[in-house]
Amino acid sequence: MNTLPQQLANGLLLGSMYGLIAIGYTMVYGIVQLINFAHGEIFMTGAFGALTVYFYILPDGTSMALAVPLMLLGGALVAILIAVGAERFAYRPLRGAPRLAPLITAIGLSLALQEVVRNFYPGADRARAFPGLDATHDIGSITIKDADIFLILAAVICMAALAFFVRRSRTGRAMQATAQDPDTAQLMGIDTNRIIVIAFAIGGFFAAVAAVAYGLKYGNVDYRMGFLMGLKAFTAAVLGGIGNIYGAMLGGVVLGIAETLASAYIDEIPGMQQLGGQSWANVWAFCLLILVLLFRPQGLLGERVADRA
Amino acid sequence: MRQRSLVILTSVLTTGALTLTACGSRDDSGDKSGDSGSGTTLTIGVDAPLSGENSTTGLGIQYGAQIAVDDANKNNWVPGVKFKLKALDDKAQPATGQSNATNLVGDKTVVGAVGPLNSGVAQTMQQVFASANMVQISPANTAPELTQGKNWQTDKKRPFKTYFRTATTDELQGSFAAGYAYNGLKKKKAFVVDDKQTYGAGLAKIFNEQFKKLGGQVVATDHVNTGDKDFGSLVTKIKNSGADLLYYGGQYDESALITKQLKDAGVKIPLFGGDGMYASTYIEAAGKASEGDLVTAIGVPADTLPAAKQFIQTYKDKGYKGDYGAYGAYAYDATTAIIKAVKAAADANGGKLPSDINDLRTKVVDGVQKSDFEGLTGKISFDQYGDTTNKQLTVYQVEKGAWKDVETGTADLQ
Repeated sequence: MNTLPQQLANGLLLGSMYGLIAIGYTMVYGIVQLINFAHGEIFMTGAFGALTVYFYILPDGTSMALAVPLMLLGGALVAILIAVGAERFAYRPLRGAPRLAPLITAIGLSLALQEVVRNFYPGADRARAFPGLDATHDIGSITIKDADIFLILAAVICMAALAFFVRRSRTGRAMQATAQDPDTAQLMGIDTNRIIVIAFAIGGFFAAVAAVAYGLKYGNVDYRMGFLMGLKAFTAAVLGGIGNIYGAMLGGVVLGIAETLASAYIDEIPGMQQLGGQSWANVWAFCLLILVLLFRPQGLLGERVADRA
Repeated sequence: MRQRSLVILTSVLTTGALTLTACGSRDDSGDKSGDSGSGTTLTIGVDAPLSGENSTTGLGIQYGAQIAVDDANKNNWVPGVKFKLKALDDKAQPATGQSNATNLVGDKTVVGAVGPLNSGVAQTMQQVFASANMVQISPANTAPELTQGKNWQTDKKRPFKTYFRTATTDELQGSFAAGYAYNGLKKKKAFVVDDKQTYGAGLAKIFNEQFKKLGGQVVATDHVNTGDKDFGSLVTKIKNSGADLLYYGGQYDESALITKQLKDAGVKIPLFGGDGMYASTYIEAAGKASEGDLVTAIGVPADTLPAAKQFIQTYKDKGYKGDYGAYGAYAYDATTAIIKAVKAAADANGGKLPSDINDLRTKVVDGVQKSDFEGLTGKISFDQYGDTTNKQLTVYQVEKGAWKDVETGTADLQ
């Protein structure tokens, strides 16, 4: 059996999830040049927001067709609230400070969010079951399940909507202007604080979409899920060219596929048996990142804002 | 241009920083209360993962030991001596385990320690206890080298005379699993995966060897990282390999995800694991996908032990968290062995405890070595390596959302 189509599908799905989270890193970086390391935890709180809707708000036995949109709504609400709150209370007071200060704040915030969820969310000190969409479909030699279809549709729709929003809407153009030069943008009458809040909110929303997809796909969530996913998504954002929303998506997909293919096929190359398999997937993913940064430091699609400074 | 290098610099720095944060420390959650005021109070240390990964089984160890201490105090096992527990959280991390061991050794009221859960953690603790001549009894460690030395396959040599365990070894567990898979389940083609940790990799290796010796075929092997969530690529490989059994050496955190993703991909083969997976959390996390999966676990099922009825009742009545099923009764027996050794030391000294704590600790080590009593899990005694002489194992299978014992036996090597 040829496993390549299935492995490509696996990689594409994983990569779409990385891409959705990477949008949050890249939007925020593009506008305020801050690497928001708490973004992985915003993704995690989105998952717990959705979980709360399912277990504590909706009556038992609600059909998934109704539950999923409501879970998305709940997850997005929580994630956006926390993202915007983080901006307002943790990052905004440090806007003029040296770069390292907000970065350290982000790491602190990330730990704080993890611990808050671990200590105060019922049963969150270990994996909590999340409702799954587990019906499977065979398409040719590929098997995918409903959660995968949800993920891929969500990624495509969100990405298209974001592209349209940034290019066409007034606010979107204001964002581009702020990214290019915040001072001049402000002189032109753009409320840059509002634009920054919107960037954080969009990042939070995308993280929540990814979080719901994660829960539906893997069937459980835990308070540490944001750490590795956040790190991978950040890698994806840098790979694609941080500050560039298309780059984030592309970086995510490339990273996901590279990881999957590396763990699937490297050990079949003669002499490479020791360097293959699932446990080496991260190593190859980061090798790819280093290679890309060596030859194309601006990332695959380039930073949109590289010409500043 | 400045910013580009900043991005690269920060990504490198923060990757490092974030990795380090994973090893942060947390305050002891030691139980400082319970001092009755009259007579001597001795402390028994417990080290296990009480939060995060593996905490379900870790808490079972803590409260298993707690019940033993309460029983000893209630029944006045050692006249004039009260016992209390000092439970430290190692978060399944070797470095934390080592610093906990140092903490326990430094506390001059501690006579012995129960724990840890993870073999990898035990490796860093053994030397600390050996230097202080303090007894350590693990209710859960199964890696053979802990008691039989690095070259246990060819030349058994006990590395630390202060280390004991009430759990049997992976050598027996792995071959018991291989025997059941081949003869009981009639599986011929196994795919073997491990998590590269001391426990998981060791167990998987032994299963692999024994399964092949029996005539089975190991179609492929793979390794995963602890903390991985997406196993899509691995699942596709398993599906394509034509295996009729997946053997996993590791903990439930990863295996619950693997079995779910495997069954979701339409691969209806059972996952077979070791005692590290034997917890209700595995079933909760994997849901229906866990149906039919198997584990081997140490000893006989706690619920079928006549002596453990009272223990289980107490555990439930007190509303203790965690899961006593895997190691609770073993932690109880380990704690009891220490308490009995304290009593032996007192008896030999004319009913009084040796006044010097170091002297007492040395005598407790000797006492534990000579243990011979009926515990909850059977007869408690240790061989010349510090291994339990009780070599019973049980295979459990998930049936209607709960672990059910399907076969109990004594392991023997092929």
